[in-house]
Amino acid sequence: MEKTFRLGGIHPQDNKLTSEAPVEIFPILPKVYISMAQSLGAPATPVVTKGEKVKVGQVIGKPSAFISGFVHASVSGTVTDVVPMADLAGRKVMHVVIDVEGDEWLPEIDRSKTVIRAIKASREEIIEKIKNAGVVGLGGAGFPTWIKLSPPPGKKAEFLIINGSECEPYVTADDRSMREQPEEIFIGGEIMLKALGIAKGFVGIEDNKKAAIAKMKESAKHYPHFEVVVLKRKYPEGGEKQIINAITGRRVPSLGLPIDTGCVVQNVGTALAVYDAVQKNKPLVESVITVTGKCIAQQRNFVMRVGTSFAQILDAIGGLPVEAAKFISGGPMMGKAVANVNASVLKGTSAFLLLTEKETKREPESACIRCSKCVQVCPMGLEPYLLYKLSKNGRGIAELERNDIQDCIECGCCLYSCPAHIPLLDVIRIGKSTALKDIKSRAAKK
Amino acid sequence: MNTVLITIASLTLMGFILAVVLYFVAQKFKVEEDPRIDDVEALMPGANCGGCGHAGCRSFAESVVKAPSIGNEFCPVGGNAVMKKVAAYLGQTVEEKKPEVAVVRCNGSFDNRERANYYDGYSSCKVMLSLYTGDTGCNFGCAGLGDCVDACKFDAIHMNSITGLPEVDDEKCTGCGSCVKACPQNLIELRSKGIKDRRVVVLCRNTDKGAVTRQVCRAGCIGCGRCVKVCPFEAITLENNLAYIDPEKCRLCRKCVEVCPTGAIHAFNFPPRVPVEVTMADALPLKND
Amino acid sequence: MKKFIVSPAPHIHSKQSTRSLMVDVIIALVPTLAVSIYAFGFSAIQLVLVGVVTCVLTEYLIEKFIMHSKVTIDDCSAIVTGLLLALNMPPSAPWWLVMIGSIMAIGVGKMTFGGIGQNIFNPAIFGRVFLLVSFPVLMTDWSIPQAWLAAGKVDAVTGPTPLSIVREGLAAGQTVPQIFAANNFDSLSRLFINIGGSVGEISAVALLIGMVYLLVRRVITLTIPLSVILTVFCMTGIFWLIDPLHYTNPVFNVFTGGVLIGAIFMATDYVTSPMTFRGQVIYGIGIGVITVLIRLFGSYPEGISFAILIMNAVVPLLNKYIKPARYAKGV
Repeated sequence: MEKTFRLGGIHPQDNKLTSEAPVEIFPILPKVYISMAQSLGAPATPVVTKGEKVKVGQVIGKPSAFISGFVHASVSGTVTDVVPMADLAGRKVMHVVIDVEGDEWLPEIDRSKTVIRAIKASREEIIEKIKNAGVVGLGGAGFPTWIKLSPPPGKKAEFLIINGSECEPYVTADDRSMREQPEEIFIGGEIMLKALGIAKGFVGIEDNKKAAIAKMKESAKHYPHFEVVVLKRKYPEGGEKQIINAITGRRVPSLGLPIDTGCVVQNVGTALAVYDAVQKNKPLVESVITVTGKCIAQQRNFVMRVGTSFAQILDAIGGLPVEAAKFISGGPMMGKAVANVNASVLKGTSAFLLLTEKETKREPESACIRCSKCVQVCPMGLEPYLLYKLSKNGRGIAELERNDIQDCIECGCCLYSCPAHIPLLDVIRIGKSTALKDIKSRAAKK
Repeated sequence: MNTVLITIASLTLMGFILAVVLYFVAQKFKVEEDPRIDDVEALMPGANCGGCGHAGCRSFAESVVKAPSIGNEFCPVGGNAVMKKVAAYLGQTVEEKKPEVAVVRCNGSFDNRERANYYDGYSSCKVMLSLYTGDTGCNFGCAGLGDCVDACKFDAIHMNSITGLPEVDDEKCTGCGSCVKACPQNLIELRSKGIKDRRVVVLCRNTDKGAVTRQVCRAGCIGCGRCVKVCPFEAITLENNLAYIDPEKCRLCRKCVEVCPTGAIHAFNFPPRVPVEVTMADALPLKND
Repeated sequence: MKKFIVSPAPHIHSKQSTRSLMVDVIIALVPTLAVSIYAFGFSAIQLVLVGVVTCVLTEYLIEKFIMHSKVTIDDCSAIVTGLLLALNMPPSAPWWLVMIGSIMAIGVGKMTFGGIGQNIFNPAIFGRVFLLVSFPVLMTDWSIPQAWLAAGKVDAVTGPTPLSIVREGLAAGQTVPQIFAANNFDSLSRLFINIGGSVGEISAVALLIGMVYLLVRRVITLTIPLSVILTVFCMTGIFWLIDPLHYTNPVFNVFTGGVLIGAIFMATDYVTSPMTFRGQVIYGIGIGVITVLIRLFGSYPEGISFAILIMNAVVPLLNKYIKPARYAKGV
């Protein structure tokens, strides 16, 4: 019996066009632009200066706050500039620009393909290594992994969930990783189990990835701590709160964290990065990225260096198709539309998707017919039509909170399914941020 | 006949009993309220715009009646006239305030700022700017989706479809400040109306370096400082590559307007300059003949 | 450089639109329409045409000349209202009757509230009940207009509907089994074609085919139809078990009269039904209970229209107080 989360959910077209394309190594381009804002929280502080020579894996940015992370050079060469540049949304973020010269790695990094199974590092060493390697969650938010692996006092982890559901249409980065490196993922998982001091892990995979399920199940025979759970194909199965509900039946309380249910959820890509960091001393300088879209000829999966500029990627895949109208970093449900093509690949980038105007353009809004589809599909059991109305007139924060707007996970199911094409989520996001601010300021007063 | 009489009698009796009940209920649950609140509210403009910082005219009235003095409370819509009346009624005095008007400090019209992309979401500046920096390269300028227009209760601000920027109607603007609060880019400023409604304002909020600003907007302030040097009254300050004209010090000489290389400084409501064009009379070579 | 579209996520959208949903409802009504045209011929065509054209025209004229708003007839919702109203008329109703009903349904039932999405009452039901109260004789004249394709081929009950036959029979002192035997009400063929009643009540099977289509296309969910039908079934079942001589059996109650068309097409009207699952269950049960009460104890033989209208009025309350099961609260 396939497991799934209880409330809501939608079934957008799968469009996993790249699931049979093996992961290729993307060429290193002559110039990279490494953003200092690679994780959730404060951007890192650059520690290199103009003219300095760097090697791959060298630290170029140090954490500037608790929730922040190390950033490493993803190429070797000369730093030509440390300058604020626009990110994909056009906001100015500090970038380190490196002119590439060769591909020289720091000597302590093991680049061989040999799988190292024995975990020699102690618990503290593991956390330290993960922290220093700049590993962040690769599932979307980019939360520093070491913090997730160090539960706050009083909270105890029981299960580790490795999230391989990849419920976003089009994206196949995790699918390919599971098919090509199942052992490494499990070792990464074992390392995280050790760090958490627990012995039970799950790997959740949606049933549309049959080959990955088979591979992972076979590999799991050697890793008895892990159980591969087949999940029903339904968006947003890969949401943290949904996958916890699907696998354990538990629910994260309002404003709570997964750890409140005894679960730690990590993405497949994160498990790989943990393996690299602990077993191979390799910091997070590259990640698997799907380049896809029905309008482009070459649908491929690449492993790309962090800092590769989007414009260069478009050139490398053979230029931009004429009909491409929207360029998305990430999947079509939660990915970000790119406003600035000169932005560069981040650690957490999972896909580049090109959509045509026909596929993506929003229809004009019409009157709400109260069809209740938004209520039916909301995986958090909220009433988007009501939250929209309340957020829109901008008053009544109390009313918004009474209707649990703070629980919204911004998955986009409501906007996806609205037959009147009402921009529900656009407006709810604003209401949610107002409500959260209010809740935080009240908590601060206490 | 009997039926009619019984009906009339019973209805009368019921009416009487209910009247008595109502009377006692009204007495019992009577809410004591300062009658002056009603009187002050009657003096207010009644727009309930929230420009004073209260939820509406009634809560403004409550506030001034209950407080020991009017203090800093001010109704921007009614202006000095209303405040004087309120003060006189309450037996207090208030300082006179200069009338203010909203000024949108962005000159990034469609002509001046090129569009870098097309926005296709909910039509609100706030929503758009929470997503990204907007559909032009400028991170500081007007998003052009009219949150200020929606906020205005007096129909005093409108989008100009040719420039893509909001325009304030000086006649209708009461200086209530609703649009100032609504603008997520913080572009709108309340400035004193000035003599004959004349004002000189820097229509830009871009604090990027001049070269960066120039790339994204033809009419942005590039922080060159020429206006600062030319101003005889030291009314202009330059901070973060952005000039600002202090309305208190500005004497409306318009020297800065002339020297500004990008045209970021704008003079409002001045009569048009005497045209320096060559007229027919000048052009005809009469004397040489 | 290429200018991209930028918008907040999600970047893809389901294919459903208000218009496509309404078109699906129209398609789902095609089997019923076909059977009624087979049975009633020209008069069914006339009723449907007059109903649809009047509804669309009324909406157009009001939006264009009175409300001065955007004309929304292209969403096809007026067509659905016209169709449903026509299907709720007696087959012999004159064309002007359905015209008046349509004008009332759209003009008063829908547009006075502000148009689509704003109305409290289902416009078609509103129109029908208006006619039922204003023209009680015409609206309960169940004579068959003319024998056409189906002439002589089906068990035609000329005159009253099965429900009123039962009611009159009981009043005359007969028992239910006697009435059933006399009128051949147990015949299975009645599921396919059952003349006697409104145009759209002609065939339970055709209505069920429509329901399956709507479910497959995800236009409606099973919640409302099932809770209405189950409630009618259970409630009449209890009475029948207690006294089978004076109460009809539950199967007869579900498949005769307007229960099916009401539960599938009228009660599921988006605008006038609740938003949450639990609200919809309460709404469905309410419709079922009121229908049975009117049928058994009221002065009308059929009560689904009134039941839906009454429950429509409760919907705003249900929306306000019945909240969906929240993820974070574990309810």
